[in-house]
Amino acid sequence: MRVNRWGSVQALAAAALACGLLAGCGGSSTGASGQSITLYSGQHPQTTDKLIAAFEKQTGITVNVRSDDEDVLAAQIVAEGSRSPADVLYTENSPPLQFLQDKGLLAAVKPATLAATPARYSSPRGDWVGISARVSVLIYNPRLIARGQLPSSVLQLADPRYKGKLGLAAGETDFQPIVTSVLRSQGKAATLRWLAGLKANATGHLYPDNETVANDVNRGTAAFGIINQYYWYRMRSEVGAAAMHSKLAYFAPRDPGYVIDVSGAAALKSSAHPAAAQRFLAFLVGQQAQEIIGAHSASYEYPVASGVTSAAAETPLSKLQPNPITVGELGDGSPAVALLRQAGLL
Amino acid sequence: MASSPTLTRDNHQQQAPGPGPAARPRRMGRPWALIAACTLIAMILALPLVFLLIEARGSGASTIAHLIFRPLTATLLWNTIRLTVVVTALCAVIGTAAAWCVERTDLPGRRVWAVLLVVPLAIPDFVISFGWASLSTWIQGFRGAVLVMTLAVYPLVYLPVAASLRGADPSQEEVARSLGTGRVRTFIRITLGQARGAILGGCLLVAMVMLAEYGAFEIVGYQTFTTEIFTEIKVAFSLPAACGLSLVLVLLSLVVLGGEGVTRGKGRISRSGALTQRVSPPLRLGRARLPVLAGVVALAALALGVPIAASIYWMTAGLPPAITGVSLLAAAGHTAMYGAAAAALATLMAVPVALLAVRHAGPVRQFLERSTYLVLAMPGVVIALALSYFTERYAAGFGYQTASLLVLAYAIMFFPLALVGVKASLARAPAGLDEVARSLGEPRLAVLCRVTLRLAGPGLVAAFCLVFLSAVTELTATLILIPTGAATLATQFWTYETNLSYGQAAPFALVMIAVAAVPSYVLGRFFDRSADSKVRT
Repeated sequence: MRVNRWGSVQALAAAALACGLLAGCGGSSTGASGQSITLYSGQHPQTTDKLIAAFEKQTGITVNVRSDDEDVLAAQIVAEGSRSPADVLYTENSPPLQFLQDKGLLAAVKPATLAATPARYSSPRGDWVGISARVSVLIYNPRLIARGQLPSSVLQLADPRYKGKLGLAAGETDFQPIVTSVLRSQGKAATLRWLAGLKANATGHLYPDNETVANDVNRGTAAFGIINQYYWYRMRSEVGAAAMHSKLAYFAPRDPGYVIDVSGAAALKSSAHPAAAQRFLAFLVGQQAQEIIGAHSASYEYPVASGVTSAAAETPLSKLQPNPITVGELGDGSPAVALLRQAGLL
Repeated sequence: MASSPTLTRDNHQQQAPGPGPAARPRRMGRPWALIAACTLIAMILALPLVFLLIEARGSGASTIAHLIFRPLTATLLWNTIRLTVVVTALCAVIGTAAAWCVERTDLPGRRVWAVLLVVPLAIPDFVISFGWASLSTWIQGFRGAVLVMTLAVYPLVYLPVAASLRGADPSQEEVARSLGTGRVRTFIRITLGQARGAILGGCLLVAMVMLAEYGAFEIVGYQTFTTEIFTEIKVAFSLPAACGLSLVLVLLSLVVLGGEGVTRGKGRISRSGALTQRVSPPLRLGRARLPVLAGVVALAALALGVPIAASIYWMTAGLPPAITGVSLLAAAGHTAMYGAAAAALATLMAVPVALLAVRHAGPVRQFLERSTYLVLAMPGVVIALALSYFTERYAAGFGYQTASLLVLAYAIMFFPLALVGVKASLARAPAGLDEVARSLGEPRLAVLCRVTLRLAGPGLVAAFCLVFLSAVTELTATLILIPTGAATLATQFWTYETNLSYGQAAPFALVMIAVAAVPSYVLGRFFDRSADSKVRT
C-alpha cells in the first residue's frame, strides 16, 4: 500500500514538472493579417491599453506586450543582444531611450513620423519619437501649508523653513530632469548645496516613487512634494474627488523646476519586424492615438502631436511656460545621478 | 545484531554506535554518478555568478572601487549586517519554538497551525508594508524593518526544523531522561542537538535572504546595501556597476557560509537508533497549553492577520476598476503550475547534492555543495538577466521567454531552500539501511526511492513547500522571463499596485495567500497519515 502511495507521489511530481513545461500556453499570438510585434512597455497601462486596442483594430497587427520598469527593460534589451525579441520600446521618460540610443541599439524613426510632433519633443538624432509629455508641479495639502507659503522656485525648496514638510522621491526617474535642469542653470557646487538642503528638509519623508509622494501628501503625512501632474489626476480618478485633500501648484515661469518630461517610443535595430514597428510608431503620433491619450483614457498626459489638445481639465500644454531645457540636454541623466549619489540621496 | 536480514517495524535494531561513515570501509567505491550529477547542478547554479563577473569586468575596477569606498556604502553595509544578524537570531528562536510547539506538543489544532505558520513567506512585500504602515508610524527604520522582515521570513527556519523534529528519534531523549537529565537540559542538548543541522540551515537561509533584501527599503524606508545595487540599475542604467556591487554581497555570503560551517562543526548529526520508525509521543502541555496557544495565535495573527486585513480593507474601499487585466483564475493557474514545477525540479536537483554532502563528505564535494548557496545573495533581476544573456547569446535563444526557462530560473533562485529542506531529514536515512537494501539485490535507483527518500520524506515536503511559497511571490525575475502574454498572480498584483489600483490588486494578494497554503496542507496531511500508521506498532 505504501508503495502505491509513493508511486502516486512520484507520478504527481512528474505531472507537476510536465505541467510547468507545457504551461507556455499563454504565449504570443499573431493577428488577422498574420503579423505581430512585441512591445516592451514601461508606460502605465492607463495610457497603453486603449492605444494598443485601437492599433490592432486599425491594422490587424497583433501587439504582444511585456510590462516592466523601463530601466529593467533597457537592461534586458542590452542583455538580450542582437536576438532580442523586442520590436518597440515605449517608455515613461526619455533617459532610457537616450541610453539605448547612445549604445546604437535603436533604429532611425521614419521622417514622416518625426514630423508629426514638434522637434523639441523627440530625439535630436531621430532615433526615438516623443508621444506624450508631463510637467513637473508641486502637490500640496492646503490643511498643512497655505498656497502663499509654497516656494515659487524649485531652488527655494532647500530653504530651512520647509524642514519636515517636504516629501521627496529622490530615486524616481521623474526627479532627475529637475536636477539636470538645476545643474544647468546653477552649476555643480550650488546644485550640491541645494540637494543637501532638500535632504535635510525631507528627512523622514523620503519615498520610493511619485505615487507614494502623491498619496502621502493627500493623506496629510507630508505637507507638499514634487510630482508630475498626471499622478494627481489619476489619483483623483482612483479614489474619487471626495477623497482628494491636495491641490496642484505650478512653479514660476521658466523656473528650473518647471520641466517637461517626454514619454517616447523607439523601434529596435535588432527587430525582426521593422516595417510593422515603424507603423506602430507612426500610429502613436497619429491623430487617433493622440486623441486617445488626451481625451479618451485615464492617462492624463499631454499629447504632443501638433494640433491635438488635451480635453482634461488641466492647463493646456500650449499655455505652460516651462524651462527651455531641451531633451538632448536632459540626456540619459547620468550627471544628475552622480550628483544625487554624491549628496547621499541615492 | 540481527540474524535475519529483513528489518521490520517491530524490530528495534539499535545500530551499534561506531565509527562514522567516513571511517567505514567503502565497499561501493566513489559515487561517480552522484558526483557527476552534483557537478552539473553546481555548474548550472554558477551561471549567475559567471554573469556577474563578465558584467563587472565591463564596468572596470576603478568605477566599482569608487562606488564601494564611499561613506554611504559603509553606512549601507552596516545597515545590512545589523538587519541580517538581528533578524537571523529572532527567526532562529521564533522558528524553532513554533516548530517545536506544532510538532512535539499536543497543541490543539496542530494541522491548522502547520499550514498557517508557513504561509507568511508567500505574502508580497507590498501588502505587508501597506498593512503595517497604515497601523502605526512607530513601524519605521531599523526596528520597523526587523519586525516586518522577521514576520516575513521565519518560515525559512520553521519548515526545516519542523521536518527535522517530525521524525526525529525519541529514544535518545528517553535515554537522557532515564539517566536523570532534567527536561530543559534534555530539550537543549538532545532535541535541539538533533535539529541542529536544520536550525543552522534555516538560519543560513535567513541570513542570505536578508543580505539581498530590498523590500525593507520600500516598506519602512530602511536602506540596505542592495539599495545601491538597484539604484545602479534603475537610475544609472549601469548593469555592470550593479553586478560589481553584487559581488560584494557574494563575498559577504561567503563569510556567512563560513560562519555556518564553523558553527555546525564536524559533529555528525547523530544517527544511532534512527532505524526505528517510532514517532515521539507529543508532550502534554497541561496548564501551559493556553499560553503556548496564545503565543502561536499571536504569531499567526501578526504575520498573516495584518496583511490579510489590509487586503480586505482595500477590496472594500476600492473604486471601479481603471485597468483591464488578466483574470484571477488564469493568473492563479499559471502561478500554481510554475510554482509546482519549480518546486519539483528544485527538490529533485537538491537530492543528489544533499546526499553527496551528508553521506560522502569530502573537501571538493563540500565545496560543490556550498557553492550552490551563493545564488541566494544575488537579486532576482540579476539571475534573470544572466539567463537572458546566456540563452540569447550562447544557446541561439532556445527556450527564451518560455515556461521551461522560467521554471528553471525559479529552481536556480530557490535551490538553496530546497537543499536545506532535504538535508534537514536526510540524517534519518542512514547509509546502513541503503547498504542492506543493496545487499538484498535492489538496484541503486530503487534503493534511493524506496528507502532513502521515503525516510527523508518530511524533508522533501519541506523543500517542496519552501520553493513553492517563494515562487508564488517572485516578481522581478518573472517579469523578465515570463512568456509574453502570460501572467502570474504576482505580476498582476504588481501591475495594479504600481498604478494605484489597490482595489483591483487586493484579490490577487488574497488568492496568492490561498494558493500558497495548498501544498503545505496537502503534503502535511499526506505525511500525517504516514506518521499515524507508523505509531500503530
